[in-house]
Amino acid sequence: MPLLDVRDLSVVFQRKGTAPVRAVDGVSFTVEPGQTVGLVGESGCGKSVTSLAIMGLLPRRGNKVTGEVLFSDTDLLKLRPRDLRDWRGRDIGMIFQDPLSSLNPVIPLGVQVAEVLERHQGRTRQAALKQARGLLDAVGIPDPARRLKEFPHQLSGGMRQRALIAIALACKPRLLIADEPTTALDVTIQAQILTLLKELVDDSGTALVMITHDLGVVAGLCDTVNVLYAGKVVERAHRHDLFAEPRHPYTHGLLQSVPRLDADRGERLHQIRGSVSDNIPWSEGCAFAPRCDRVIDDCIGDTVPLEPTYRAGALRCTNPVPKEVPV
Amino acid sequence: MSDALVEIDDLKVHFPIKSGLLFDRTVGYVYAVDGVSLKISRGETYGLVGESGCGKSTLGRGLLRLVEPTSGRITFDGTDVRALSGERMRLFRRRIQMVFQDPMSSLDPRQSVESLLVEGLKAQDLHRNKAEAQKRLRSTLDSVGLPASALTKYPHEFSGGQRQRIGIARALVLGPELIVADEPVSALDVSIQAQVVNLLGDLQDSLGLTYLVIAHDLAVIRHISDTIGVMYLGSLVEEADADQLYERPLHPYTRALLSAVPIPDPRVEDRRERMLLVGDLPSPADPPSGCRFRTRCPWSQTRCAEERPVLRVFDDSGQRVACHFAEQIHSGELTPHEVRAELVRPGADAAPAVDNELIPTRTDLPTQ
Ligand SMILES: Nc1ncnc2c1ncn2[C@@H]1O[C@H](COP(=O)(O)OP(=O)(O)O)[C@@H](O)[C@H]1O
Ligand SMILES: Nc1ncnc2c1ncn2[C@@H]1O[C@H](COP(=O)(O)OP(=O)(O)O)[C@@H](O)[C@H]1O
Ligand code: SF4
Ligand code: SF4
Ligand SMILES: [Mg+2]
Ligand SMILES: [Mg+2]
Repeated sequence: MPLLDVRDLSVVFQRKGTAPVRAVDGVSFTVEPGQTVGLVGESGCGKSVTSLAIMGLLPRRGNKVTGEVLFSDTDLLKLRPRDLRDWRGRDIGMIFQDPLSSLNPVIPLGVQVAEVLERHQGRTRQAALKQARGLLDAVGIPDPARRLKEFPHQLSGGMRQRALIAIALACKPRLLIADEPTTALDVTIQAQILTLLKELVDDSGTALVMITHDLGVVAGLCDTVNVLYAGKVVERAHRHDLFAEPRHPYTHGLLQSVPRLDADRGERLHQIRGSVSDNIPWSEGCAFAPRCDRVIDDCIGDTVPLEPTYRAGALRCTNPVPKEVPV
Repeated sequence: MSDALVEIDDLKVHFPIKSGLLFDRTVGYVYAVDGVSLKISRGETYGLVGESGCGKSTLGRGLLRLVEPTSGRITFDGTDVRALSGERMRLFRRRIQMVFQDPMSSLDPRQSVESLLVEGLKAQDLHRNKAEAQKRLRSTLDSVGLPASALTKYPHEFSGGQRQRIGIARALVLGPELIVADEPVSALDVSIQAQVVNLLGDLQDSLGLTYLVIAHDLAVIRHISDTIGVMYLGSLVEEADADQLYERPLHPYTRALLSAVPIPDPRVEDRRERMLLVGDLPSPADPPSGCRFRTRCPWSQTRCAEERPVLRVFDDSGQRVACHFAEQIHSGELTPHEVRAELVRPGADAAPAVDNELIPTRTDLPTQ
């Protein structure tokens, strides 16, 4: 049984006087215990809104969330806010791109870590602080005893992200959701944080949902990858399949358009034409059609369904990139 | 070398850190660029790479004198740029243009594309002949792949990639010889990045432009550059031909940087050996003595704390490296040791929120 089973999740933003925005449009995916699942796609495709909806962190007003978010069989969307708060932090941890906005600027770090332990594990302050020190140490923060008394602004971006990871993993949650956790960091610091995350989830058996726009980050980390485009999953595959044989023209185009550090320096990069502003609504066919090299008549008219492929993969395309035929 | 369009010699840009109620007391300096020498050949793309805060943008802006260098020489096509002033400086500006990272924040939202482009022409007195100016605007837009109808539109009516095309058009309209592009694609989505990278390449081919491209993304830099310079804390630590740098990185920092860049291929990622750096980048207001990289370098020796390595030619390939022990590290004679993380405080070296203005720098550097 999957640990997390997101079924047909949709989020529509609706403000007075403006047209509704369907930010997430029937997204389904599952996460098995201990598995690392990637959500990738370009900015605005609905990654963050998906994660906020799962966690019940969207603003109360101005949006409508439908579908199911089953976490060990409990539908998180049906929980009362107070009960959901108990799940968050205890069973599900989160880290975001900007650790400063998730840390309280006026409370010492140690107290912030300790509070999570007190709240969810009933520790005394003293026991919790002691444990907090061990946690800061485990995430590689130098001289943790001293750091406990310090405030977030006294730490660098990389150290803050480590502190946030310590908080998120304090109660050994079964699931960690990380939304672009390294996007704001320099590449050498990103490498440190990704290595740390990988070690921690491997050791603790925590499942991880990794949200990123960076295909390189996904390649080294995720078991299964979901590619999102305009609010929908367009392709899902095991990472080896996805990178070796992307079938969706969008995935295929993306992989070809990134310059690779290890590839021959070709003359021109492959480019996907147009931009997301050229999309058509999913209700009128494939949203990607105006930008697609492989578009055919069947792509326009009805919504293109997500069809299962092998190894629990899935594909939303009427004219996918052919599989490579071995010569 | 006579084919050098730009020669930078021991350039320093130090920003004073002010304190006191009226910010009138200088309590220290941010050594943003601290002795960089490089040459950019005519028609080539020189890529400058390094992590945030290492001084890339300051170097680019110092070259245009958008910030006044503290010391050093800048020669552009034989002209001593730092000696220019008044009218001569104004006319000179036309020859070097800049493209910025965030097209939206570098474009005034209240100005139509036409007025954005004309602005540059005005500054150079090239707008008087209306018909000529119009022709110029249209052909420039055409060269960046935008229709003439874009002229009457405003920046917010365009997507990110199109806005960057406008930013490039604005730089091109004056017919510059050198374009300094500061993170030209970092704010763009991957699928759009490729469009802009290709456009820059096409323009270089058709117009014979010389580029200084500044970026933190080594994969992008490697793709577009002929020569790459790697910066760390205000210094150039290594410089090589783009392929050579990847095949034979000599400086420990370059090695770490190369090994940290994720590669979108699971087969490669699974087999890669990472050289993880310990700790954070030190503050450029308080750089380590000797080699700036020594606090994170797994090969550092006593000498590294005492003596600052100079950028020197390594061998016939022309590759340059600033490391005392490049030969011994390369041959394996010197082996890496463990490094303890030093805590780095986010500090007073943060840049103030002013952009594109002339910012006071230290100009009273005592001669050593
Ligand atoms: N609070 C909001 N109100 C209205 N629209 C929103 C809101 N938050 C996000 N959106 C829209 O939803 C879409 C998906 O956003 P997001 O999930 O943040 O994308 P990303 O994949 O970059 O994380 C975007 O088009 C965005 O403009
Ligand atoms: N106008 C300024 N005043 C003071 N410090 C500055 C100014 N501009 C940049 N700096 C500082 O100089 C250093 C180098 O900055 P910058 O050249 O922008 O680096 P990069 O472009 O490599 O990220 C940083 O520490 C930055 O905070
Ligand atoms: S459904 Fe059609 S338009 Fe959409 S990605 Fe597939 S081939 Fe292209
Ligand atoms: S000079 Fe010393 S500290 Fe600097 S890079 Fe070389 S070995 Fe490392
Ligand atoms: Mg997001
Ligand atoms: Mg910069």
